[in-house]
Amino acid sequence: MGSNGKIIRKKDLNFWQRMYIPEIAKGLRLTITQMFKPKVTYQYPDEKFVPPPSFRGRPVLVEEQGVERCVACGLCSRVCPALAIEVQASETELEKERYPIKFEINMVRCIFCGFCEEVCPEEAIVMSNEYELVFTSQEEAIFGKEKLLTPIEKLRPRLEWLKNNR
Amino acid sequence: MARMTIDGKEYDVDPKLTIIQAAAENGIEIPHFCWHPSLSVAGNCRMCLVEVEKMPKLAIACATQVADGMIVKTESERAIKARQAVMEFLLINHPLDCPICDEAGECKLQDYSYKYSIGYSRFEEDKVHKPKRVELGPHVMLDVERCIMCSRCIRFSDEIAKQPVLTFTQRGDHVVLTTFPGTKLDNPYSMNVIELCPVGALTSTDFRFKSRVWEMSSTESVCPGCARGCNMQIWVRNNQILRQTPRLNEEVNSYWMCDAGRLNTYKPVNSPQRLKAPMVRKDGALVEVGWDEAIAKAASELKSFKKNELAALASAYATNEDNYVFLRFVREVLGTKNLDFVRHVVEGDEDELLIRADKTPNSTGLKLLGVGPMEGGRDLTGIIQGIKEGVIRALYILEDDVASVPEIAAVLPNLQLLVVHSSIQNKTTEYADVVLSASTYAERHGTFTNFLGRVQRIRPAVATLEHDRALDGFAMSRWDKFASHNDRWGRPMKRDARPTWRILTALAGALGTKFRYNTSEEVFKEITERVPAFKGLSYAKLGSGGVTIQLREQAAVPAS
Repeated sequence: MGSNGKIIRKKDLNFWQRMYIPEIAKGLRLTITQMFKPKVTYQYPDEKFVPPPSFRGRPVLVEEQGVERCVACGLCSRVCPALAIEVQASETELEKERYPIKFEINMVRCIFCGFCEEVCPEEAIVMSNEYELVFTSQEEAIFGKEKLLTPIEKLRPRLEWLKNNR
Repeated sequence: MARMTIDGKEYDVDPKLTIIQAAAENGIEIPHFCWHPSLSVAGNCRMCLVEVEKMPKLAIACATQVADGMIVKTESERAIKARQAVMEFLLINHPLDCPICDEAGECKLQDYSYKYSIGYSRFEEDKVHKPKRVELGPHVMLDVERCIMCSRCIRFSDEIAKQPVLTFTQRGDHVVLTTFPGTKLDNPYSMNVIELCPVGALTSTDFRFKSRVWEMSSTESVCPGCARGCNMQIWVRNNQILRQTPRLNEEVNSYWMCDAGRLNTYKPVNSPQRLKAPMVRKDGALVEVGWDEAIAKAASELKSFKKNELAALASAYATNEDNYVFLRFVREVLGTKNLDFVRHVVEGDEDELLIRADKTPNSTGLKLLGVGPMEGGRDLTGIIQGIKEGVIRALYILEDDVASVPEIAAVLPNLQLLVVHSSIQNKTTEYADVVLSASTYAERHGTFTNFLGRVQRIRPAVATLEHDRALDGFAMSRWDKFASHNDRWGRPMKRDARPTWRILTALAGALGTKFRYNTSEEVFKEITERVPAFKGLSYAKLGSGGVTIQLREQAAVPAS
């Protein structure tokens, strides 16, 4: 478009250019070469994508020797920009003195920013590689400790990645 | 007057003051840990070091008296360096456990670390380890590792609570705060050391780990535990009171508050025994009903008695507003002359600091309002006698568990009708025919008059069904502000309770007398117009600290 709003057409195209045939051939060549390249499409859900450790899936609590690392300090809850996390602390006989008697993440609110993981002084909440989140109600989307606690063995790649990249 | 210079500005100050006091009076805060306005000067934390011209060394502002011509620099390079050094020393052995420390968020050491420290640690050795989770007394827990040896708690116990049981033992970095062998920190004011403690060494056993401080809202209110009426803050999260802390008011309670006031007053508010709705007796059992039904039932029952068969008991636990509306209700609607209130005086349970033998917050207010038997009417003894004789057949009781008094409990079964305002299930509600669920001190606006005649405001901190935290101007925490319907924490339990004056206004309407009150402030305005002792007051004038009124003025009968 010209500066005055008028449509300007190129009038000096030759015959072949006006036929578009070479351009069509160019496009087809690209399509055909792609057809013989290795396929990257996953046949989800039969075939599942395993994300790299840098992936930020749903946040989970690290379970070490049968107990959560979490000391219920509430910093994840404070830093969460979406107010997805609710923590209620209680006293334990263990050396860490306090533990979360209730730890709930509202997955409808969670935006997967990873701030909770970043702020955690105990490396007790980390972003897992799980991305399949299906709920049939809002109430179901509130994950309690039973869904959040994950054995540390499963989270090794992420913890390793955090050690090297933070 | 001494003329002194602080940070380049000249001030005229009282020569008896110390530098820190003179600075504070002029709005300059000199950082300090061990100094406290109401305690003796210890001078051991060294945080308040300032540069004074012509003094060879830096001086501690808390123990240096001002003098004419003194020039003080709080922000000179030497002073800043000294402060940073003090902070570094204090932080050497202080554990880095702020995330699990209850004090975090209101910790002086934490705040000062941001403001006055270099921001990193040069200390690489192991920190000293000391006892943790030491129970100093029934309400106070000690973590010695966090202690910075300011000795505020020791001085408080010695000087204010007069129970000298705390002391330091050992020396250097091994110093340990402890109680003398065989003693416990169990005086009635023991919990004040929790706020005094500038770090998280002393924490409340009751509040321990219940909430982070930034998750709660705080509301200025007054303790209803005794006739003193200590000013306090009510800390609420998820519509539940989690703790109560004293609020400075030099006219009433200074910085202090007793343990009973902190703990025993709020527990009934959170109690599972709380009434969820009004109740009416049907076939011998109390059944929860709606307000309309309860009011209609109370009205129709009250109508069936003659005026001299009725009696009424006001309550010194209720506010001035409630009792004033009750007074009008008794005179204009019930028409009975039999009116009194039950005094709850525990002889001997008092001291010179705060605790009063009168365990009700508003008995002075009731006297000023003129709550008592009218001419020819019966007083409390007369009412009890009347019930016993069967002359008085119906009784109307405001918020007071009168059945806790054995003489009254003995005659209550004789009544044909007992209408009770109560916030909780108690002995009195067991006898009641109609129970109107009243809100507690933490759920309503109002005023109490303490034994000195100081009229002080209470404000709602806990929402009932009739409240909306945002629309009704409640203190709001971050959680309150952003809750939506799909958050579990956004759906706290709200009880169906109303302030007594509002219930009485509705009941008066049902009985054919119109009271025109929409807010407790309107009731208070009418009190100030009709009761001479309260003349000239308003909620705005009471502010956060209250106003003392002349007690000698005679209470007058409100003209209606």
